[in-house]
Amino acid sequence: MLTAMARAIERRLPLIVVSPLFAVSLFFVYGFIAWTIWISFTKSGVMPVYDFHGLAQYERLWATPRWYVALKNLFVFSGLFIAISMALGIFLAILLDQRIRIEGAIRTIYLYPMALSFIVTGTVWKWILNPGLGIEKVMRDWGFSDFTFDWLVNPDFAIYTIVIAGVWQSSGYAMALFLAGLRSVDDEVIKAAAIDGAGPWRVYTGIVLPALRPVFLSVVIILAHLAIKSFDLVVALTGGGPGFATDMPATFMYAFAFQRSELGVAAASAVMMLATVCAIIVPYLYSELRGARR
Amino acid sequence: MFRYKTVTPLVAAAGLAFSGAAQAGGTVEVLHWWTSGGEARAVGELKNSFEAEGGTWIDSPIAGGGGDAAMTALRARVVAGNPPAAVQLKGPGIQEWAEQGALADVEDVAAAEGWDAVLPPVLAGIMKYQGEYVAAPVNIHRVDWMWANPEVLAKAGIGTMPTTWEEFNAAADALLAAGITPLAHGGQPWQDATIFENVVLGVGGADFFRAALVDLDQDALNSPTMVAAFDQLRRMRGYVDPNFSGRDWNLATAMVMNGEAAFQIMGDWAKGEFLAAGKVPGQDFLCAPTPGNGFVLNSDSFTFFKVSGEDNIAGQKLLASLIMSPGFQETFNLAKGSIPARTDVALDAFDACAQRSHEDLLKATEANALVPSMAHEMAISRSVRGEFLDLVTEFFNSDMSSETAAERLAAAVKRAM
Repeated sequence: MLTAMARAIERRLPLIVVSPLFAVSLFFVYGFIAWTIWISFTKSGVMPVYDFHGLAQYERLWATPRWYVALKNLFVFSGLFIAISMALGIFLAILLDQRIRIEGAIRTIYLYPMALSFIVTGTVWKWILNPGLGIEKVMRDWGFSDFTFDWLVNPDFAIYTIVIAGVWQSSGYAMALFLAGLRSVDDEVIKAAAIDGAGPWRVYTGIVLPALRPVFLSVVIILAHLAIKSFDLVVALTGGGPGFATDMPATFMYAFAFQRSELGVAAASAVMMLATVCAIIVPYLYSELRGARR
Repeated sequence: MFRYKTVTPLVAAAGLAFSGAAQAGGTVEVLHWWTSGGEARAVGELKNSFEAEGGTWIDSPIAGGGGDAAMTALRARVVAGNPPAAVQLKGPGIQEWAEQGALADVEDVAAAEGWDAVLPPVLAGIMKYQGEYVAAPVNIHRVDWMWANPEVLAKAGIGTMPTTWEEFNAAADALLAAGITPLAHGGQPWQDATIFENVVLGVGGADFFRAALVDLDQDALNSPTMVAAFDQLRRMRGYVDPNFSGRDWNLATAMVMNGEAAFQIMGDWAKGEFLAAGKVPGQDFLCAPTPGNGFVLNSDSFTFFKVSGEDNIAGQKLLASLIMSPGFQETFNLAKGSIPARTDVALDAFDACAQRSHEDLLKATEANALVPSMAHEMAISRSVRGEFLDLVTEFFNSDMSSETAAERLAAAVKRAM
């Protein structure tokens, strides 16, 4: 009898241990997601109010030009950031995979930017890219008096400076993931291909890269969520400026919630961001779970 | 907190002894974001005066984000039912909180001391909710100031400060021709908006300013006058150096000080930078109002929140009385660089620019040309102000036409109302 009970407890012990954490995250994550969604349907301004007000805040949001700037920036930034980080990452990984010397040291160097916070990255690149302090000034001091590199202060190009800093930060991480993937490709297959007379290009495009498909998926997911929640990098690098040319949905939401006392619009924009994340994550989870069942 | 507890019995005893008297001491918690330089010194003056009257001061400074962090903290405190007694809060923000029913009035103090007689009516209106004082102003900042370096002006052969925008443009063109940056400016939305509102006052006059930037009249917002104001702003974009984006205002002031630029258009907190560097007004730097014969008013104030307990209420009333006392208004504003909110304080101890500010304030009040600042959250709610800042900044940083700007401004304001 007693042993049966002890066994029952033992069997449920993991559940018992995990449940407080589960309850806390249920409340603090999903509870507040629900709260935010509710606020987005109210007339909340400086203080939250809880009377249903329909879709007015969403109408307001989608009539605000600044929101479109933020959305466009999100697409430009995430597209370039993901594409360039992945391309650089896989390129570096393939080079490192050639069994070179001091690979460990080089790998660490490329991974180091990941150890910095985006605030540090943003501040450093702000100085490097500032026309009066950084690259432009150095080149002019060296005698290239026509050299111009003013992307940071040019509203049309400022968003690309964020791409530069983001890529610098994250491509090493993509490289590490790809490198791990490359190492897991079966050597026998590659050797067999070589015997059949396939050159290195054919080996990579025909065998290795297709075998890395799951790695590609993970890298895209990781980089995409970095891109969507990008806030600190923008704040440190451009402060959303010039004007609001480099606003992102996250900085937009912050500005409306905390600088303008418009909790409703801010909540609506947060819900739109959540929807964007879901649009990416849900198909991923779906395919993963289906794969697991199979 | 323990300090509060040890003092409470004493203060309560004092409160019994002098029941009803405002000088009974009390406890006050003050939430503010004056944490740097002259500002911290100025708030220190208030603390010292309060403690000299026998009160207990609980300091709650919250730095960061130009008050955004403090507002977030305030929201949390009010929701939790434990607001501070006094908060550094200004403009229509006072009305927003009053509508939430969070404010306490200090009408008995105000009536006994006759605040109505000594405050400019425009300012008194901002401090009141439904006819009762819920806030007390500590100072008046003038926004429509133009600062200049006389040496730099002399290089381009300019002898006097411009009094119309045409004169300003002519002077700026002369400076450009002489290879000098005419206008020191920092490309941050609030700075863009500061120039914008001064231009609106200069181009349209005080009545137009009120219609467009205070009453948010659609016809005024999308009018030829507004288009003309945007045209002038577009011109001034050409007088700014290429590296202006994101620059802080005090760095722009330093450019004028060091002779790298001729003018800066900025409120009189810029004067503090000049004075701190040991510069003498009229000699090392010049001050003149921007064209327009008006006065754009900015004022810091403390707003009183509903607190409970005899001790806290006594402290709140003492603070209100103290803030409005002539002695405090003088010491505080000497430290902060602004002028007293009370118009009956003598300005003998102040510098020439402050005296000019005071004279113009009286004149503008008389002529009904005193207007509250839009850029500095005196005229309109933060949400509508945000739309102004977005549009003005976008205009300043793009090649948008003035007509489009006026149209889009009217639409944006309509959306936010």
